[in-house]
Amino acid sequence: MSVDETMVRRIATLARIGVSDDEVPGLAKELSAILGFVEQLSELDTEGVKPLTSAVDTKMRWRDDAVTDGAYPQDVLANAPDRDEEYFAVPKVVE
Amino acid sequence: MSKLTDLTLAAARDGLANKEFSATELTQAHIDRVAAADALNAYVLKTPEQALEMAAASDAKIAAGEARPLEGLPLGIKDLFCTKGVRTTACSKILGDFVPPYESTVTANLWADGAVMLGKLNNDEFAMGSSNETSCFGATVNPYRGAGGEHLVPGGSSGGSSAAVAARLGLAATATDTGGSIRQPAAFTGTVGLKPTYGRCSRWGIVAFASSLDQAGPITQTVRDAAIMLQSMASFDKKDTTSVERDVPNYEAALTGKGAGDIRGLRVGIPQEYRVDNMPAEIEALWQQGIDWLKDAGAEIVDVSLPHTKYALPAYYIIAPAEASSNLARYDGVRYGTRQQGVDIDDMYAQTRAAGFGDEVKRRVMIGTYALSAGYYDAYYVKALQVRRLIAEDFTKAYEKCDVLLTPTTPSAAFAVGKNVEDPLEMYLNDVFTVTVNLAGLPGISIPAGVDGNGLPLGLQLIGQAFGEETLLRVGDVMEQAAGFTARPNEWWSA
Repeated sequence: MSVDETMVRRIATLARIGVSDDEVPGLAKELSAILGFVEQLSELDTEGVKPLTSAVDTKMRWRDDAVTDGAYPQDVLANAPDRDEEYFAVPKVVE
Repeated sequence: MSKLTDLTLAAARDGLANKEFSATELTQAHIDRVAAADALNAYVLKTPEQALEMAAASDAKIAAGEARPLEGLPLGIKDLFCTKGVRTTACSKILGDFVPPYESTVTANLWADGAVMLGKLNNDEFAMGSSNETSCFGATVNPYRGAGGEHLVPGGSSGGSSAAVAARLGLAATATDTGGSIRQPAAFTGTVGLKPTYGRCSRWGIVAFASSLDQAGPITQTVRDAAIMLQSMASFDKKDTTSVERDVPNYEAALTGKGAGDIRGLRVGIPQEYRVDNMPAEIEALWQQGIDWLKDAGAEIVDVSLPHTKYALPAYYIIAPAEASSNLARYDGVRYGTRQQGVDIDDMYAQTRAAGFGDEVKRRVMIGTYALSAGYYDAYYVKALQVRRLIAEDFTKAYEKCDVLLTPTTPSAAFAVGKNVEDPLEMYLNDVFTVTVNLAGLPGISIPAGVDGNGLPLGLQLIGQAFGEETLLRVGDVMEQAAGFTARPNEWWSA
C-alpha cells in the first residue's frame, strides 16, 4: 500500500497536524515505507481469529457511581496556556 | 570504604542501615557526580535541593529507627513519570513547562518507601524511539564510546535511565517499556533492565504512549537491585483499570531465600525463530554462552518454536501507533502545554501539534490515524490485533514445554549517534527480540552478559510467564553470577 500526497493531507487533517507543502512528499515516502513493512501481515491467514485487545485477561472492575475526586479548579487550570476565571479559554468556535 | 557512587542499591541500603554514612552524604555524592556529567545529557532536570530535603528526612527516619525499604537511596526518574510540582515533559516540546499537580503511582510508591529523587531523566519523545535521539532535549550519550572514540546511543526510549545507571548517576532509575524501551537500553549500557508483566505496575500518572503495551520497570546495576526496585514500584492501583489485583510477592527473597541460586531441573526454552538472518557472530556466540551457563547450573535446555515471531514488529507498528494517535489526541493546546495561534480553533490545533511534536511522533500519530480510519480499520488495526493473539498463543504453547525463554536482547551492540536517524525502519529493527514480550504482556529481563570485540556491552534476555518475575529474577541471578560482568565505561565525560 503506498500513500500518495492526497492521502498524506487527508491523514494530517484527521490527525490535526499541520503539514507544509514541502513536508508532504517526504511524509508520503516515509509512511509508504512503514505501511509496506506492515504489509507482511497479509501473508497470514487470520480467518476466525479473535482480535486480542488486552494481553492480560482481566475484567473491568465495578465501582460505586460516586464523586470521589475534584473541587480544585486552580490545580486543574494551573497549566492552561490561556484561561478566563475558572475556564479554559480557546479561540472562538461558533461564528 | 569505596566511593559512595560505586555502591549498588543493595550495598548502599546496607551501608545506611549500618550507619557507615548518612543519606545526606550518599545523596550529595550523587548530586556532585550528576553535576559533573552534563556531557552525557542524561538528566533533563536536576532537583538537588529537593534531593537533599528528602535525604535529610531519611536521616531523621533512620535515626528514629523507622527506616523504610528504600530509605535515603537516591534515584533518577524517567521524564515520563509525572512528579508533583516538578516539571514533566515526556521530552516533548508540546508539554512545554508542564508541572503536574499530582504524582504517578509508581513514583509515589518509591517516595512512600523513603527513596530520594535526583531529577528527571532523558528519553525519546513520548517514549517513541530506540536511541534517545528523538528527545526535544537532544540525545543522551552512552557512557561507553566506540572503538574510535565516537559517541554511541544509550538505547531508547529509556536512554537517560540506562546511561545514568551505567555512569553511576543514581543508584537505580525508573523506566518504561512499550516495545523494548527498558531492555534494549539496558543491553546497550551493561545494566539490568526488568520489564514486569503487564498490569504489575500501575500506569497511572505515566505519560501514555500505547496503553495496552506500556509497563513501568527498573533499570539497575544488578539483578538484586532490580528485585528491590520492583518491590516498591509494583502495586495494585484502583486508579489504573488494567492494574492487576494480585499480591506483590517478596522479590528479593527469590534471591536470598530457600531455593535461591538453584535452577536444577528448570526448563529453559530456546526459540528457533530468534536465529534471525544476518545476526552478528558475537551475538550468536553470546547466546550459546548463555545456554551453556544455564545448562552448567543444572537447567534443562529445550528447543521451542514461536512461529509468528517475524510478524511481531509489523503488528506492533500498527497497534502502538494506533493507540498513540488516540492517546496523543489530548495535546491540543487547550488544557496544558504549549499553544500556537491559528486562524480558527482547528488551525490552532494543527499549528500547535505541528510545532509541538517531533518528526517521529508525527509519523507514528499519522500511521495510527491511518490504521484507524474508515476503510482501513479492518485491514490494518483488526488484522494486527488478530496477529497479536497468534503471537500470544505462541508463548502459551511454548510454556507447555519450558519455564522461561532465553534469547539475545538486541541484534547488535550500541550503534553510533546519527546512524539510524534517517531510516525509521532500520531503527525499528532494534526491537525485534523484545517487542513480542509486550504484545503478549509477559515479563522480560535483560542481563549484561558480555562485551563485543570493541568492549561494548551485550545483553541476554530472559522471558517469563505472566507474573513469573520471581523465576526471572532467580534465573537472572544465576546468569549474572556466571557472566561475572565487570566492565565499566572509562569516565571520559568528567574530564
